[in-house]
Amino acid sequence: MYFDSFADFLAMGKHGFYVWSAYGISALLIGASMVLAIRGQGQVRQTLARQWRLEAMAKQQAQEKQRRQQHTEHKPEVDDESGT
Amino acid sequence: MSVFRAALVRELLVLWRSPAEIINPLFFFVMVISLFPLAISPKPELLALVAPGVLWVAALLAVMLSLDGLFRRDQESGVLELLLTAPVMAVVPVSAKLLAHWLLTGLPLVLISPVLAHMLQLPDGVLGTVMLSLLLGTPALTIIGAIGAALTVGLNRGGILLAVLVLPLYIPVLIFGAGAVSAAVDGGAVNGILAILGALLALTVSLGPLAVAAGLKISSGN
Amino acid sequence: MVWQTIKRWYHMLGSPRYFYTFSSALLPWLTPIALLVFTVGIVWGLAFAPSDYQQGNSYRIIFIHVPASSGALMGYVAMGVAGLVAVVWRMKMAEVMMKAIAPFGAALAAISLATGALWGKPTWGTYWQWDARMTSMLILLFMYVGVIALQNVIRDPRQAARAAGLLAMVGVINVIIVKYSVEWVQTLHQGSTLKLVGESTINPAMKYPLLISMLGTWLLYAVNVLVRARTEVVWRERRSKWVRKLVKGGGQ
Repeated sequence: MYFDSFADFLAMGKHGFYVWSAYGISALLIGASMVLAIRGQGQVRQTLARQWRLEAMAKQQAQEKQRRQQHTEHKPEVDDESGT
Repeated sequence: MSVFRAALVRELLVLWRSPAEIINPLFFFVMVISLFPLAISPKPELLALVAPGVLWVAALLAVMLSLDGLFRRDQESGVLELLLTAPVMAVVPVSAKLLAHWLLTGLPLVLISPVLAHMLQLPDGVLGTVMLSLLLGTPALTIIGAIGAALTVGLNRGGILLAVLVLPLYIPVLIFGAGAVSAAVDGGAVNGILAILGALLALTVSLGPLAVAAGLKISSGN
Repeated sequence: MVWQTIKRWYHMLGSPRYFYTFSSALLPWLTPIALLVFTVGIVWGLAFAPSDYQQGNSYRIIFIHVPASSGALMGYVAMGVAGLVAVVWRMKMAEVMMKAIAPFGAALAAISLATGALWGKPTWGTYWQWDARMTSMLILLFMYVGVIALQNVIRDPRQAARAAGLLAMVGVINVIIVKYSVEWVQTLHQGSTLKLVGESTINPAMKYPLLISMLGTWLLYAVNVLVRARTEVVWRERRSKWVRKLVKGGGQ
């Protein structure tokens, strides 16, 4: 270690503010970029999973609706006979 | 080359019929320059100091703003599609369009610049350099700006985005253009700087239209 | 035999699916190595390298400033190359790379400016100077912003990538010309001859941590690019079977 003590290390010979601000900003920006990149991966999967789930649900509903329509198409033949 | 000439004549006619597109950049140039004596100081010594830069920045912005709708009309009317699928290489009509645009928007700036340079208290001896630097620079600015216009054609609020894309690309021309005028004021070596400006123009004229045509092809979903 | 290997690599990296598999295998060990190399370089420079004769300890900023500057510059050139491949050959992975390379490069450019300013204050008394390096880096940051903005505005990802690719190609030429233009301005106005990197004969005790932190920064950049590229690939190829299987299976 070049410095005599940890306090000296932090002080950086009275340039501490500049050195640590510089490294602080760097750590912040690099860290943020990394975190955003990793989160992006998770987000895209979530979005896709949700999208496909909704598509599957919509498809299911459409199929049910079709089935019900086919079912009711048969019914009027029965009712008409009892009417009039 | 008859294709080029035909396209050039056509573009000149189209522009001539909408005089606003010719006059607006000119007025913008004059008005922006007028802002500086009001904002900084009307004192001749101070004005003369900032004059080269002010003149050049105003010209640069005027050229850039004039390019915003460069291809929009063609895209809306469908001419752009025809242009890109025509049997002749797209570079030819694109170059004609750029030349027509510069002749009617950039060249007027060059012609009026001595008046404005005088208003900014630049000495009479440098007025020739002012015109020459703008004569070499405005075509380059037109072509470089057209690359940005080609990439942003059809986008909403393309104007601000165009500025963001194009201004960094303008910086070399600006540096040497304003530098030439500054050198003339200081009595230094102007010809070397004008030569560099000329080289930038040559580079732009040779490669620029290709980039503009490529940009248009990309923007039309090709 | 060599040609077969080259062809295999070309297909691997050119196909989004192969790229995804390849990066899945690569990342688990590249990431810790990158972090390790980076940390070693920085800590060595901060704590173990000797102080500078003239600048004292403020020079230690160099161990992040120079890697950031070189990384930002190399990133933009890489983007220009990716842009060329994307525009001319329409290679899908090149388009993906256009999107993946830009953000970290912009961050590095910003870091270069910030650390340069914080280095300048104790050394030359002012945070900002319009010297050749700072000005060129500022313009580089503007050009990164332009590429990112363009890709965010254009809806079709293929068109966006190719438009940004053309811009990046033009930008690379601009970077070179700007560097000379700004240097010329400095000599003309006899501006301060700031040499943020110091003399060419750099103390070897300082050279090694600097090289290591540069390597570490580039490795981190590679990790960042790979992660972003994977995200882009999954999104672009979302209609394909392998992506469906991947997402539904909750795999890696």
